[in-house]
Amino acid sequence: MPTVLILGASSDMAIAIAKRFAKAGYDIQLAARTASRLQPLQSDLSIRYGIKATLHEFDAEKPLQHPEFFQSLTPKPDTTICVFGYLGNQELATTDWKECERIIAVNYTGAVAILNVVAEYYVSQGKGTIAGISSVAGERGRMSNYFYGSAKAGFTAYLSGLRNRLFHQKVHVLSVQPGFVYTRMTEGMPLPKPLTATPEQVAETVYGGVMKKKNVVYVKWFWRWIMLVIKTIPESMFKKLKL
Amino acid sequence: MKKEIANWGNYPVMESDEKKFSFIADIQHSIQNASPFIPRGNGRCYGDASLAPVTINTVKFDKILSFDKVNGIFECESGIILDQVLEVIVPQGWFLPVTPGTKFITIGGAVASDVHGKNHHVDGCFSHHVEEMDILLADGTLVACGPQNNTDLFEATCGGMGLTGVITRVRFRLKKIETSYIRQKQVKAANLEEVLRLFDEYKDYTYSVAWIDCLKKGNGFGRSILILGEHAAISDLTEQQKKDPLRLPKKKQIPFPFNLPSWVLNTFTVKAFNFLYYGKNLKKEINNIVNYEPFFYPLDAILHWNRGYGKKGFIQYQFVVPMESKQGLIEILQRISDKGLGSFLAVLKVFGPQESLIGFPMEGYTLALDIPVRKGLFDILDELDKIVLQYGGRLYMSKDARMKPDVLQAGYPHLPRFRSILKKYDPQGRIRSMQSDRLLLTPHNPA
Repeated sequence: MPTVLILGASSDMAIAIAKRFAKAGYDIQLAARTASRLQPLQSDLSIRYGIKATLHEFDAEKPLQHPEFFQSLTPKPDTTICVFGYLGNQELATTDWKECERIIAVNYTGAVAILNVVAEYYVSQGKGTIAGISSVAGERGRMSNYFYGSAKAGFTAYLSGLRNRLFHQKVHVLSVQPGFVYTRMTEGMPLPKPLTATPEQVAETVYGGVMKKKNVVYVKWFWRWIMLVIKTIPESMFKKLKL
Repeated sequence: MKKEIANWGNYPVMESDEKKFSFIADIQHSIQNASPFIPRGNGRCYGDASLAPVTINTVKFDKILSFDKVNGIFECESGIILDQVLEVIVPQGWFLPVTPGTKFITIGGAVASDVHGKNHHVDGCFSHHVEEMDILLADGTLVACGPQNNTDLFEATCGGMGLTGVITRVRFRLKKIETSYIRQKQVKAANLEEVLRLFDEYKDYTYSVAWIDCLKKGNGFGRSILILGEHAAISDLTEQQKKDPLRLPKKKQIPFPFNLPSWVLNTFTVKAFNFLYYGKNLKKEINNIVNYEPFFYPLDAILHWNRGYGKKGFIQYQFVVPMESKQGLIEILQRISDKGLGSFLAVLKVFGPQESLIGFPMEGYTLALDIPVRKGLFDILDELDKIVLQYGGRLYMSKDARMKPDVLQAGYPHLPRFRSILKKYDPQGRIRSMQSDRLLLTPHNPA
């Protein structure tokens, strides 16, 4: 039975992804902080889909512990999906270094730290799949969320470089670029309905991307084109906009 | 973020801050600060029971906690909808002990409304099959209750319309089935007298309900089709069906695309529908094997069927009168027919005996009908309420959007005790809904 490791398993997106892979028959390793609170999800996945689900303590903000964390997993996952992220408070982060550092630490440093470990293992095996959930926010810095955006930009570039390197080692790396998604992270935000995806749609895109060995997938296809337009606006004009 | 929400009847509409959660810890904090608030499931009650300025929505709180396939015990978080439960239990040879006419309600909602089904006369309400549950009280503490422990909280929660707290976990017993099919019998009854006689004649059937024509006058007054059913045994199935006796029905839903203008439903169209519906069964009696889906959930096949009643919404009027008040049933039906309150979906059922604190059913006749909201309707319904009370009956809170407080008071003899239990578990009166305020169930000016 193939196994998938879900890093940051308590988010709405992660729950939807776990369900999608469980439905396809994967055993699921759920990794999160205070993993014990995921017991209901653990029982749910195993009862609904007849698969094996396990809980693993994992903290993205403690990169030094990541090798030990991965070491402890048995069996080793065939697919690793890095879902965790932290939107943070942009305004607070402009003056509060702790907040700013946390945005960077979760979205970039933490993701790089764990995926480095996973990547080396997959290289040693000559197989494996890594999927990283980045964000369209990383494609161009905007005044409203450039801390989160720049950290995700770093993560996007990391995934792209990792893909380039691991391609030659037969390891598949998938970048997932969601736009707006209805989750706890965005609760209370007035999101434009036609542009916003559900966590289930994200899950379907991730699953499809892993199965078809895609490189970069957008959740809701038009985001690729929206971002293309946003990226082509000359900087001299872009800086005058209030985005 | 505030947005406009309504329940299944699309009346009334209220602006509410709807809070969703996946973990209890996420909600404990919110409810300690929210006031007033009411728990809410999938919004399938008809009126204003799950509307409040703050609603605690359980639909994301939907995990299955345990499933004992040998003894048929199921334990889950409260936001899971029946459809999802059926998907897991039916292939293992189990069924819901009690199900209402839609599979799109949550388990929490099934308890809060203490729903009944076509098998009430045999199996009682949903709560009769509950072994234990957890309630998150207004002060953020989690309390377990059941028929043996914290019984006051348990009784007040079953049918208590969410007013005791947020139901978070429910453990209940399932019904064993050999197949996912139903052995159905339909019997035509020329009038009310005959259908009531048939209900009695076929009272040993597990499932029974009648579709009734409320507009027909004269000899055919109360003409009906009695629909009976039993879970089919493997030996009842065709060779083809025997290959997969616990097959789940295919999922298909036809969406109702828009709100129909409210004039579409009028006495003429309803009469025409009733004529065709009654006439479609050419034989006096039809016996066949059907899947459970069309038998229990015929309307679920049409997504958003409530749009058929127009933008102004509709009222589902459901009452029960005791067995000895057959005259009351006749009088009310006559009134409905005189006033032309015809409904495509008028459903008649005989309830078995039941004693409960705040639950709706009592041994007797229950009738439910959908009526589009229009001018003067509430006055007519007030008159019907009087007849219901005069014959010792009551109305169903899950369907209600308009009854007066005194109607509730007269219909539910244990109301004072219910109120005192609410006060015990929520002394500050922070759990309130538009309905509980309207019915004076909860204090308007909490301390």
